Amino acid sequence: MQRIPILRMGRVLLVTIQVDLQDQTALALQDDLSEMITRTGARGVLIDISALELVDSFIGRMLVGISGIARVLDAQAVVVGMQPAVAITLVELGLSLSGVRTALNVERGMALLVHDQQEGQA
Amino acid sequence: MTAPTSGSIPVLSEQDIVLCRQLVRKLTQELRFSLVDQTKMITAASELSRNTVTYGGGGVMRWQLLTEGTRNGLRLAFEDKGPGIADLALAMTDGWTSGKGLGLGLTGSKRLVSEFDIRSAPGEGTCVTIARWK
Repeated sequence: MQRIPILRMGRVLLVTIQVDLQDQTALALQDDLSEMITRTGARGVLIDISALELVDSFIGRMLVGISGIARVLDAQAVVVGMQPAVAITLVELGLSLSGVRTALNVERGMALLVHDQQEGQA
Repeated sequence: MTAPTSGSIPVLSEQDIVLCRQLVRKLTQELRFSLVDQTKMITAASELSRNTVTYGGGGVMRWQLLTEGTRNGLRLAFEDKGPGIADLALAMTDGWTSGKGLGLGLTGSKRLVSEFDIRSAPGEGTCVTIARWK
């Protein structure tokens, strides 16, 4: 089974999803990320889905799951880079991705996380 | 030799769900669907093929290219010989699920396509047919 690599950049974990996600791969990512947040004490998780050509209800549920898990592990997840066609389809499908924070691209997602951490320290 | 205008592929495993999506992408690209229309049809195929695997115990996806005057379209049928659905009206309710899903597969897919038909009876499997025109 394919596994999606998780990169560590300081206190942020970066995940770039570039494969056509199989259900098991999506579930494995959820497990790996939870483990990695705990082990590294990361405060933020950036999930780049700009290469994803679809977000169906299964992948949507995984994104909601990861966001929830990150939150209870004292980290903030941000999903970035959703393609416009994917966004349109997602809304029509009826997925609201409630509880999932999003940003237009990696740069803005990172800015969001840095801002949050500075606020937390102040 | 002309390219085939219909065909079918097995939908038995998670890997097959990915193959369904890839086939639907190829077909919708050949039909020159817009990117949004491609994405909608692929997402619907992903939801329905997952239903076939998860609830139907596996089955088949049949595809057919459609022509009507100057219009082109694609029809997909997801067939299984699983337990079937006793209450179709209930199954077509947003948020209702018999399994662990979000209950968006059927209703959500219906919103993504121009034609939607479901036939099912307990013990006789399920067939969901969708179509989208360019």
